[in-house]
Amino acid sequence: MTRYILRRVGQALVVLVLVSVITFSMLHFLPGSVARAMLGRHATPAAIRAFNVANGYNRSLPVQYWLYVDHLVHGNLGFSYHFEQPVGSLLALDLPKTALLVGSALFFALLIAIPMGFVQAMRRNSLLDHTFTTFSFIGYAMPTFWLGLLLIVAFSSKFHLFPPEGPSGTNVGSAFSHPLAMVLPIATLTITTVSQYSRYMRSSVIDNLLQDFVRTARAKGVSPRQLVSRHLFRNSVLPIITLVGLSLPTVLSGAVIVEALFNYPGMGWLFWTAASYHDYPVLMGFIIVVGAATVVGSLLADVGYALVDPRVRYVTQ
Amino acid sequence: MPEAKDGDRRAVNTRDGGASQSPWRMAAQEFLRSKVGMAGLIIVLLMVLFSFVGPLLYHTDQINTNILQRNLAPSARFPLGTDTVGYDVLGRLMLAGQSSLEVGLAAAGIAAGFGTLWGAIAGFVGGWLDAIMMRIVDGFIAIPTILLVLLLAAIVTPSLGSVMIVLGFVSWLYTARLVRGEVLVIRTHEYIQAAKVSGDSAIGIVLRHVVRNVVGIVAVQATFAVANAILLLASLSFLGLGPPPPAVNWGGMLTTGLNYVFDNYWWQIYPAGICIVLTVVGFNLLGDAARDALDVRLQRRSTVGVGLATSGSEFILVPEEGGSR
Repeated sequence: MTRYILRRVGQALVVLVLVSVITFSMLHFLPGSVARAMLGRHATPAAIRAFNVANGYNRSLPVQYWLYVDHLVHGNLGFSYHFEQPVGSLLALDLPKTALLVGSALFFALLIAIPMGFVQAMRRNSLLDHTFTTFSFIGYAMPTFWLGLLLIVAFSSKFHLFPPEGPSGTNVGSAFSHPLAMVLPIATLTITTVSQYSRYMRSSVIDNLLQDFVRTARAKGVSPRQLVSRHLFRNSVLPIITLVGLSLPTVLSGAVIVEALFNYPGMGWLFWTAASYHDYPVLMGFIIVVGAATVVGSLLADVGYALVDPRVRYVTQ
Repeated sequence: MPEAKDGDRRAVNTRDGGASQSPWRMAAQEFLRSKVGMAGLIIVLLMVLFSFVGPLLYHTDQINTNILQRNLAPSARFPLGTDTVGYDVLGRLMLAGQSSLEVGLAAAGIAAGFGTLWGAIAGFVGGWLDAIMMRIVDGFIAIPTILLVLLLAAIVTPSLGSVMIVLGFVSWLYTARLVRGEVLVIRTHEYIQAAKVSGDSAIGIVLRHVVRNVVGIVAVQATFAVANAILLLASLSFLGLGPPPPAVNWGGMLTTGLNYVFDNYWWQIYPAGICIVLTVVGFNLLGDAARDALDVRLQRRSTVGVGLATSGSEFILVPEEGGSR
């Protein structure tokens, strides 16, 4: 088990280094320079040269990368051109707000999707199954911002139940003092996530129904109720651990759209604003942090899964 | 998303006895039998006809704006009303459909080509090159798609062409992984060994034998990639980083309509969204049916294994599919 964890941690570190290499090289090998983006189209060559020298862009690429990593290791994510603040403090300010949004959406999504997929699998090809399937297909095919838009039309424009904008305060406390404003953003993210998770849960249960242990339990005379609750449900929910880990980038992507639509100033909104202003240090810092979160998320999922289910350990060793 | 029909699948296998028919014909038959696949095919064909043949039958002026007829409600003259600068919405939907479909198909094509090559080389050469190439894929997968797209779109000046490349660039990863996995299996087959022994070059073997063998899974993957790219294009336009005017796509139309949420201009909010949903559902149904049909060809019942592997066979696409938003 220790060896398995060590190996996974090693892989995770390699992926993290690669994420940094990828973001770094994308900024340097693609057409268009940081100086051009920052100083505008009419910048003089002299101004561009001065900018490059001031920001170290005139050094060789390996040296630049080394300096970049050196800063990263020391917790320095760079300085935002547009917001004129350290990237680290920008992210630290916005992280709790996004964590609240994403965390609640994940919670509600699991709460809905697990029973939904389970019922679908147990009553396969019934009217209920088809209805839920249709729902998840459509929910999946909807652009997130359109779904949010429809919710706004229904719940803000027609019936004035919830405000069309998220809480706009700069700290996470504002979300708690305006809970109604959080309803539509969380609902939007929840619905898109449910449409994926329920499909996953459904096929997980169906796969497990065909397993030998179900047949053995039946043969042993386990009551149907116990079979479902003790054998089937538990085994089917397990893969969802991995799914939550793997879907973290997806949910964060959804958060970018949701935050932009509802004007909710979290990390996604920050990233979007930075992208429109070509604020590269923010973009890079954000990607590194999210990449790290993703890698750690899937690491935790894998390790947690191996802890709960010994069969995984045997397979991967 | 899969329609798990293991019962049906088994029935087909025993009926055809496997050996009496060519595997590809079996796959085609299975596909034609599938209601899901037919529904997907019909939806996709209708959307293509609507976008590309529609404008030939229904003529509208999509070049000159007309502020005297802006935001008009649907009427006999404008079946779906007009938008904020006076374009006929129905005609605009067709034009937007053209670029949405073109971007989707081009991005999927780029991803399929590049991903196949990457995965085939990694799987075939193996060793440290394989390790490096696959870790690069892992690194990219760790970055949420929309962030990658936004970053690329912020660096590259947006145009229809650049958006195609950017969207293609973010969807080759899973193709590469799938192809590599498949190649690792194929490369142990005797005919590949024979080709090696008889002196074929590695590249030649990859091109001739390996690519031919993975064509099925790549096609399935590409079908889903079209749907993803169309969704991503919509999100990108919403975030203001889509292809600039005069290019128009469904997502862009929705984004304009966004300004009129509280004016009840429903014709600027529903039709384009419905077009996106129909097209994406169509391509997803098509992909599902194709995958089921392919499973029949490969005689591969969905392997009922442990955790990751289990759901992997059916749902390896999930994180990416969602990444599209």
